[in-house]
Amino acid sequence: MKNKMTLTFSAISENESFARNAVAAFCAELDPTVDEINDIKTAVSEAVTNCVVHAYPKDGNEHTVTVITEIDDDTVHIVVSDNGVGIDDIAHAMQPFYTSKPEQERSGMGFTIMESFTDELEVTRNEPQGTVVSMFKTIKGGAVWNRKKR
Amino acid sequence: MKIEHFKKSDELHVKLCGELDEKCSTYVRTYLDELIDEGGLRRLYIDMSALSFMDSTGIGVLIGRYKRLKPQGVSIFLQSPTKAVDRVLGLSGIYDIMTKAV
Repeated sequence: MKNKMTLTFSAISENESFARNAVAAFCAELDPTVDEINDIKTAVSEAVTNCVVHAYPKDGNEHTVTVITEIDDDTVHIVVSDNGVGIDDIAHAMQPFYTSKPEQERSGMGFTIMESFTDELEVTRNEPQGTVVSMFKTIKGGAVWNRKKR
Repeated sequence: MKIEHFKKSDELHVKLCGELDEKCSTYVRTYLDELIDEGGLRRLYIDMSALSFMDSTGIGVLIGRYKRLKPQGVSIFLQSPTKAVDRVLGLSGIYDIMTKAV
């Protein structure tokens, strides 16, 4: 079964909770475990937070984040993208504890958490500008109950 | 996000309720710092049993408080984190500098 959802919303922190809960709700049809849902929510929150905090200058203009979620059988593909300033050195930015804003008490763990909580993470440049975060996670679901007919 | 607290001699007990992300990080940071600024602390207990969600923004908030309190010799205890929050805490390595408590 295939299913797809596209969300575009303002790049403000108020929408982080909306984004992670919307993606989690969309994935509910796969009957994920509580741990799997929490992993998805955390990974989405990290990706959207990066867009809100790092992608755009605080210039008073409205900027947006797009989250596309696709379900293909038991696999969820989540793409979080922005049209912001982009990342000069993506490999360097993905190192654990790296942050471009240490003065803001950033932990620098965002990409590490996304990588750990999903099966596959890819970060690329958006065209003409910005960043695309692509994450895959296979939902294994809960226990399978065996039934025996009399 | 809702925060409750009480003081008992040189102990500060704080309970975080709800979800800790970028939106409420400034509120949590300011709330804790105002209590820390009152001084006289030896231990900070942060009850996480009602914290249903936290991402790396929360890790940044905790590390920031650690940097403030370490020079004062104040120990930080993270009490009863939910499973989801515990996973983020464990991955961050924060248990190397703060104690996980029941």
